[in-house]
Amino acid sequence: MKYIAKKLFTLIITLFIVSLLAFLAFQIIPGNAAVLRLGTNGTPQQVEQLKEEMGLNRPIAIQYGDWLGSFLSGDMGVSYTYNMPVEDMIAQKLPSTVALVLLGCLLMVVLSIPIGIFTARHAGGVVDRVMTVLNQVLMSIPPVFVGILFSFVFGITLRVFIPGDFVSWDENITQFLVFMFFPALSIALSRVAMTVKLLRSSLLDEMDKNYIRTAFSRGHSRDTALRQHALRNSLVPVVVFMAVSAAEMVAAGIIIEQVFAIPGIGRLLIASIGTYDFPVVQAIVLILATWVVVVNFLADILSQYIDPRVRLG
Amino acid sequence: MFKKRILALFLAGALLAAVLSACGDKKTQGTPGSDETGSSGETVNGGELVVGISQDLGDSLDPYQMTAAGTREVLFNVYEGLVKPDKDGNFIPAVAESFVKSDDGLSYTFTLRANVKFHNGAVVTANDVVKSFETCAATTVDTALAAALSTVTKVEAVDDQNVRLTLSEPNGDLLSYVASVYITPAGYANNATAPVGTGPFKFVSRAVQENVILEKNTEYWGEGAYLDKLTYKIYEDTTALMNALGAGSVDMAAHLTIDQVNTLNTADYKTVEGTMNLVQALYLNHKVAPFDNEKVRQALCYAINVDEILALTAEGHGTKVGTSIYPAFGKYFDPSLVGSYPYDVEKAKKLLTEAGYPNGFEMTITVPNNYTPHVNTAEVIVEQLAKVGIKATLNQVEWGTWLSETYQGRKFQSTVIGFDAVSLTAGALLNRWVSTDDKNMINYNDAKYDELMKQAANAIDDQKRIDLYKQAAKRLTETAANVYIQDLADFVVMKKNLDGYVFYPLYVMDMAKVHYVK
Repeated sequence: MKYIAKKLFTLIITLFIVSLLAFLAFQIIPGNAAVLRLGTNGTPQQVEQLKEEMGLNRPIAIQYGDWLGSFLSGDMGVSYTYNMPVEDMIAQKLPSTVALVLLGCLLMVVLSIPIGIFTARHAGGVVDRVMTVLNQVLMSIPPVFVGILFSFVFGITLRVFIPGDFVSWDENITQFLVFMFFPALSIALSRVAMTVKLLRSSLLDEMDKNYIRTAFSRGHSRDTALRQHALRNSLVPVVVFMAVSAAEMVAAGIIIEQVFAIPGIGRLLIASIGTYDFPVVQAIVLILATWVVVVNFLADILSQYIDPRVRLG
Repeated sequence: MFKKRILALFLAGALLAAVLSACGDKKTQGTPGSDETGSSGETVNGGELVVGISQDLGDSLDPYQMTAAGTREVLFNVYEGLVKPDKDGNFIPAVAESFVKSDDGLSYTFTLRANVKFHNGAVVTANDVVKSFETCAATTVDTALAAALSTVTKVEAVDDQNVRLTLSEPNGDLLSYVASVYITPAGYANNATAPVGTGPFKFVSRAVQENVILEKNTEYWGEGAYLDKLTYKIYEDTTALMNALGAGSVDMAAHLTIDQVNTLNTADYKTVEGTMNLVQALYLNHKVAPFDNEKVRQALCYAINVDEILALTAEGHGTKVGTSIYPAFGKYFDPSLVGSYPYDVEKAKKLLTEAGYPNGFEMTITVPNNYTPHVNTAEVIVEQLAKVGIKATLNQVEWGTWLSETYQGRKFQSTVIGFDAVSLTAGALLNRWVSTDDKNMINYNDAKYDELMKQAANAIDDQKRIDLYKQAAKRLTETAANVYIQDLADFVVMKKNLDGYVFYPLYVMDMAKVHYVK
């Protein structure tokens, strides 16, 4: 309980610092939302007037305080660019991002666990050795590059999907899944490689332990010992790692949404930075930060639950 | 260094191509209004259409708050004023059926069309019109419109069907401003997210960065639209849009360049060419030496070969302008100004020597990096200026930085950009160069120009006003206010079985006329 309270406190402090940093960054870059909205037909007076309306002329401490106050009371504000409530915009965009990350997580689980077990069972074999090399390669390629590669190979060359032509899930669910498969794989791939490596070495570690020798002496084959005894124990670090990966995938997703032109919150975030749309940027940054902190927190709890020897305090 | 060499190669290749392909002059393009596609086959009523656009409508949908050209273009199909522009730049009755102008030009009485319905089903009343004018005057972000409406001292409903505007001074351009006052239901406050107008299409939904969906207004007062449903699908950039076009998931797209059109399969799409309706120029800051010197500015005009720019950046497509008016403006455009500064390196060098810069000088051209056509033009200009000894460097900046530093802050030497017109008035293009105007980013300060503009604004007689504006435009050319380049070519591609696209002298897309053919 004390632990949870402590984590909660860390969460609040983190979010506060993140929002403050995002706010300050906005004060440093040249240009502002008013100038951008008026474009080449705006006059200095109009810019001033609009800044006044948007409240951009107030001292920055007050601007930040006001925003924080209304945010805490549940009002995310209205987008400068779209004149739309920020909640509505995020509600529109969140499904795509959630789908991307869920699909990424799913791919990570269904790919890495079988492969990890297989390579551990056949450690030293040809497949295992090939996989070790392949793993190293995949681990070191950033998701952006994988994304661009996929776009080129499966989009432009093989025409499995049309790059940049996103299909919404309510339009056509099959096309949506086909389109989302590649970005999801892009963010999952390096994580799959890492998980396979982790699971393999964790399994092999367990297989050297005394209780496995006992299992052998009781007549278990290597396979049965691995599946019935070693696997459960070696999954502890893997599950924790996967949870952390789920948080990382959201970050990678921001970039991948750009590469594949998925209209999720990542793309909205980047566009909003370009238009100085402060309320939108703040809201998204906080959502992302919350996700990362909460997932890490859950990972901690989870590892304690699976292995009570892990003491948290 | 490497980039330069590539450009040189590119220049050489393009020149060769130009020589091979055309011996005579490139034909001058007709006014965009006449570029209607010839009908072929039977017109189909109905159908759905997906228009691909490569820029998000990062804007409010409120009729008086929207600022982006892309937003105006889409909502032109949703909102209407008492009158609306046609493809030739005339104003035709819309919500109003007719109007009467008093002899002194101080009073206009508009008679509303009977039973015009808003998209929410309500009938348009004189009260809606009055309220729309009031809201527009109080909230519009368009300064020219606000200024024009400030001379309208009274907007009153004479009866249910008639609305009278009383002016404090005559305004020859009043109709174009009236066309900009979109009529929306009195008391309706959600236009920013769910617009309600009287146009041929009604708003269905909008998903930020994804799409805007419109459907046919079946209760439209006029001929109305052919299409049942219209989806504007938003793409990340033109590359994504071109991919979608290539794959056939988009039926139509506008504002493409010739290079993009060339990548498409001509068996699937047909192309219609018009103009972007903007004045692209190398805009010079007159407050900064040496551009305060008229001779230097003229030297630049002689040193820049516009034909070569068109050839290298757009295979010769585009229309030369010569002043701050583009050809689609018809009656205000003076074609004789186009050839005022023929390409002449020797003359440019001579003028530079006279101005005291025999060895040229160094200058910076600031360009917003999101506008490829402007960047391309600037790159050619850099090479051309090198031939007269001027060492120009390109400074590519973010659009936001350009707006705040270059445009609002006027901290620049020269820039390549295109200025468009928000309304069909000469003032929309020319007012900004009046010495006291807030939008006069180049700090142009010419007493004669100011005087001509003032006279033009006050002239009641149409012909006299047009003449005065033409003289003002000529003055810009004479004083080499800027190095005028072109109105960019605008390519619209659509599936072979589509027809009816019409170019306007404004940045709008009239989707009511587009239809399928059998």
